[in-house]
Amino acid sequence: MSILVSKETKVICQGITGRTGSFHSRRMLEYGTKLVAGVTPGKGGFAQDGIPVFGSVFEAVNKTGANASVIYVPAPFAADAIMEAADAGIELVVCITEGIPTLDMLRVVKFLLGKKTRLIGPNCPGIISPGECKIGIMPGYIHKKGSVGVVSRSGTLTYEVVWQLTQQGIGQSTCIGIGGDPVIGTHFIDILKMFQNDEETSAMVLIGEIGGSMEEEAAEHIKQEITKPVIGFIAGRSAPHGKRMGHAGAIISGNKGKARTKITALQDAGAFMVDNPADIGITVSNILKDAGK
Amino acid sequence: MKVYEFQAKDILKTNNICIPRGRVVTSADDVPAVYKEIGCSRCVAKAQIHAGGRGKSGGIRFVDSSEKAVSCISNMLGSKLATYQTDREAFEIKHILLEEVVSIQREFYLAITIDRSLQSLLLILSAEGGIDIEEVAKNTPEKILKEPVDLFFGVQSFQMRRIAEKLIISDDLSKKLSSLIKKLFHVFMNTDCSLLEINPLALTGDNELVVLDAKMEIDDNAFFRHPELEHIAASQDISPDESLAKKYSLNYISLDGNIGCLVNGAGLAMATMDIIKLCGGEPANFLDVGGNASLEQVVEAFKIILSDKKVKAVFVNIFGGIMKCDVIAEGIIRTIKEVGIHIPLIVKLEGTNVDIARKALGDSGLKIVFARDMKEAADFAVKASKGEYIS
Repeated sequence: MSILVSKETKVICQGITGRTGSFHSRRMLEYGTKLVAGVTPGKGGFAQDGIPVFGSVFEAVNKTGANASVIYVPAPFAADAIMEAADAGIELVVCITEGIPTLDMLRVVKFLLGKKTRLIGPNCPGIISPGECKIGIMPGYIHKKGSVGVVSRSGTLTYEVVWQLTQQGIGQSTCIGIGGDPVIGTHFIDILKMFQNDEETSAMVLIGEIGGSMEEEAAEHIKQEITKPVIGFIAGRSAPHGKRMGHAGAIISGNKGKARTKITALQDAGAFMVDNPADIGITVSNILKDAGK
Repeated sequence: MKVYEFQAKDILKTNNICIPRGRVVTSADDVPAVYKEIGCSRCVAKAQIHAGGRGKSGGIRFVDSSEKAVSCISNMLGSKLATYQTDREAFEIKHILLEEVVSIQREFYLAITIDRSLQSLLLILSAEGGIDIEEVAKNTPEKILKEPVDLFFGVQSFQMRRIAEKLIISDDLSKKLSSLIKKLFHVFMNTDCSLLEINPLALTGDNELVVLDAKMEIDDNAFFRHPELEHIAASQDISPDESLAKKYSLNYISLDGNIGCLVNGAGLAMATMDIIKLCGGEPANFLDVGGNASLEQVVEAFKIILSDKKVKAVFVNIFGGIMKCDVIAEGIIRTIKEVGIHIPLIVKLEGTNVDIARKALGDSGLKIVFARDMKEAADFAVKASKGEYIS
């Protein structure tokens, strides 16, 4: 078992005819992902790399029985693409697109309430269950099937961490980049819960960064609900404070958002926090050895 | 995108929100005419910078004659201002807003922003406005009212009643406040703001609500649908390097150290800075070329780093995903052919098309130090930045 995606997942690609969409659709096919259709409004009836292209998600789902979608649609149209996928009953929507206006995403999150759709992203690398299904832009070869779950707010830093794990001989159950935007569909806590309940996952790696309070919320959840080992890293300890406007940010977050606060919160919750980003793989290896796994 | 107070007030005024009479000046020569136009003997000269805390740092001065306004403003224009919100950096004052001083009965704090953990619009109000609002938030958080606001339905009557009760205001004032809040939400949504802060919001002697100061931030991602805000984008107060980076959609921040960093992805870029510091070095910049940079963007990014005189070594840390490693390699080769390089270049590449990239760099004949992993790369970069030999 893995979480969210497996060999059975049937995927469509929204924006398959674009430069990024077509390149990464080919990579997904090469990896063995069951990519069953593409969607580009106005281009229904065409085929790309042997994959049929439909004009709407509704039609693609009807004809292929797809239950997941990956979105490469340009930012001005991406919010609409997510809502179209949810409307067509897609269960898992992975939105790779970067640069969607925040207010558009607030509307999307509201639209998804009460629907069965889970959104991952936007502005994320996607999700992969190694050896089974890759939905997104991560390079496939750096992964290895195994039992460590990886969840991260970053894209390329996730690859770096996964690569370190793989080089230590440690495989992954599922790796998920939840995205770096202020408003996203799936949060750390959602994924931590799934990893905790997944029999195949024996430990989890959480990669956070400065800003927001998602890591502090994750820490609270880890303290109360998570019994499997959690290894964590927070990027941005050396980042300058930066200029700020006004007081609203400080009023909402108080001390939250700083690297130090996040590291302390996670440490207090029992997570093993790594200082040096090059040491994440070796730390996981040592912890798994100590746990006899 | 940060918006100057005078620009924010222009937007508010267009939306029928009450602001003090005034005008922005960029030269002391304009002051007598503006002073006369305002027609109020007591005025305030407010330095326009993209940060708060001006009052405590001499950026806000009161004058009571045209002559004093001229001398005060000619002193302020061109001088530099740093406040506790600017992180020690000082900004040159290029614009000054000259305004009438209104009689204040009461001051409030009001802000609209997006709460990331609630995933909602948030209205923040306090009966105690002014510059000490963060102290209020820290010491007496119960005095601050935070109302999540539905983005489709807006502020409801029951919420207005809660607000009126908290602020202890009359029915009449509550009605005025409700109308103002509606207008402010309209501005927030229609301008794609990420922050709209009114502090203080004044109740004048004539029982009117007037916006005395406004801080506004606009979502960069929504800029494509706001051609009317072009002048605000053009007036951003950033360094020439940062402005060049912005032109090529690169995420660049200049820092004090001497190791130039070229990285893809913000998380990895931050981790690269972290590891440089852990190895005893100092990064010269934060540079994220983005998820899907073109050859042109990579070339410009590399040029910006090489043109920085304080850079003693360059650390390229790329993990290809949507970004292909061969594009980075081609960018490096092209830039060096164009402008040359006289400092050590340390490269760590992995991910999409890495084999093509390694081969291209190897075949180019350029002197490049390849690192096997991030730790080795950081070690090399720190040593090179101190003039040590890399082995």
